[in-house]
Amino acid sequence: MKKFQQTITQKIIAKHSDKKYVEEDEFVLSKVDLALSNDVTTPLAIKQFYNMFFNISEPKLFDKNKVVIVMDHFTPNKDIPSAQQNKFTTEFAKKFKIKHFYFGGCVGIEHALLPEEGLISPGDLIIGADSHTCTYGALGAFSTGVGSTDLASVWSTGKVWLRVPKAIKIVYYGKLNKNVFGKDLILSTIAKIGVDGANYKTIELTGEVIKKLSIFSRFAMTNMAIECGAKNGIIEPDDITYKYLLSIKSRKFKINEDLKSDKDAKYQEVVEIDCTKIFPQVALPHLPSNSINVKDLNKKIYIDQVVIGSCTNGWYEDLYLAAKVLKDKKVNPNVRCLIFPATPKIYKQALKNGLIEIFLNSGCVVNPPTCGPCLGGHLGILAEGEKAVATTNRNFIGRMGHTKSEVYLANPVVAAYSAIRGYISDN
Amino acid sequence: MKIKGKVYKCPDNIDTDVIIPAKYLNNSDPTFLSSHCLEPLVEQLNKKLTSQHIIVAGKNFGCGSSREHAPLAIKSAGIRCIVAESFARIFFRNSINIGLPLVELKDATKLFDFEDEIEIDLTDGEIINITKSQKYKIQPFPEFLKKIVSVGGLVEFVRQSLK
Repeated sequence: MKKFQQTITQKIIAKHSDKKYVEEDEFVLSKVDLALSNDVTTPLAIKQFYNMFFNISEPKLFDKNKVVIVMDHFTPNKDIPSAQQNKFTTEFAKKFKIKHFYFGGCVGIEHALLPEEGLISPGDLIIGADSHTCTYGALGAFSTGVGSTDLASVWSTGKVWLRVPKAIKIVYYGKLNKNVFGKDLILSTIAKIGVDGANYKTIELTGEVIKKLSIFSRFAMTNMAIECGAKNGIIEPDDITYKYLLSIKSRKFKINEDLKSDKDAKYQEVVEIDCTKIFPQVALPHLPSNSINVKDLNKKIYIDQVVIGSCTNGWYEDLYLAAKVLKDKKVNPNVRCLIFPATPKIYKQALKNGLIEIFLNSGCVVNPPTCGPCLGGHLGILAEGEKAVATTNRNFIGRMGHTKSEVYLANPVVAAYSAIRGYISDN
Repeated sequence: MKIKGKVYKCPDNIDTDVIIPAKYLNNSDPTFLSSHCLEPLVEQLNKKLTSQHIIVAGKNFGCGSSREHAPLAIKSAGIRCIVAESFARIFFRNSINIGLPLVELKDATKLFDFEDEIEIDLTDGEIINITKSQKYKIQPFPEFLKKIVSVGGLVEFVRQSLK
């Protein structure tokens, strides 16, 4: 009998639901390998977790070693209400002896921190109360974002309800142009399919370009799967994936040859993208789908701020690219250029290799790892009428501050050139 | 269940930063959140949002972040149902989980005007535009979701499995 043909996503969901295979749109209860949340989503989850056990029994976590809490959004505590809710979460984490609780000097931006800490393996099923949880698809895991009540139900039962997503295969072919990275590929993809183009679906990223793409560029791509509405973005693990995983000392994983989509797996749509036509991108306000080639801007857009960092582009490779542009140059006197290494380890590596010195010499502000400015939380808020180029993932109305401010999304090289010129530029 | 109210119209792609800006996420109290519900849009449209309203939105309502503060702000503002041409995935889950009814209706923003009086019958699956004397059928939820909705949300659903 012919084997039921499945995508890599279906295989992972089936395995975690004690099934041989799952079909599109089927509802399943799946076992969760890791349940993630942060300082913004955890307080609500704690309340719902207690509600679930109220008058039944003492609240109990399904597995304290599989719960991860990262205090990365409003820390270092930005104001009194944040301090209060962070205290509430810290007390909870201590009470329940949560093994992977990251606060203080251990804080990194969650989606860069978890892979670095060796918490993600190919084939894992990861649920996070943060929409960018889809990042881990770069390592061949199924990972998706949910809200706080969903997360509380995972804490209580170890399981999550999922509807098996339909799949879109995106094939990247051709040759990458100069200064084009994962960020540019995903921005132009979102521009092509729209901000809801993959709503409820899987996007499977594949093709000759992906096969040669660095792990960091891959992370930037799966990270932004949510920006076209996708439930998850995923890349089949290959030699590049395993090389990255082996570089993390604490890694333990088995290579599973079957962890890929079957030849005749079903796709609702196959989108082909000719990378030869993609140049460094900029997504204009106020949607990531407003992405165009920087060279096609028909006027100079002067800026007030540049942010280089975030769960999309705060990796070492991103800082390295920005530093290469900024070396021996000065940030334009009209621009504030803010650097956010994504994790303490990345920060240390950047320090050791002289990147931090380059940033300071050029007039940048080097900040601690935090999500702060990306969501208009703290450390880089925009005033009315101000414009920023950011290597982050969203440019919604008021995302980085005032509702009449503007965010332009780009890669770290465009961000660095723009910081020097004072207007959006890719050279 | 029948829900009656007046239409508050929203365009396509209303994101969670518009539903509840991140600067308010340092407090998860529902009453606090409700006082800032859809604040940037309300300011822009200059039309007050009240508990008598039913939100009627375009495509991709609730896109963006996973913050459950978004449906919570809407529910706590007294809004008892959202009708949209489509919902973003995480927002959809979050609303079902906290017991905020959602209705998907094609061309919803073309069928209704601001302040139209409408009645939503979730049991019989129809929406009546009282002002315009029009009736529309709504698609029922899949069985699995109906189970969560019928007990009032995911907390109660999980409680039943913990008992």
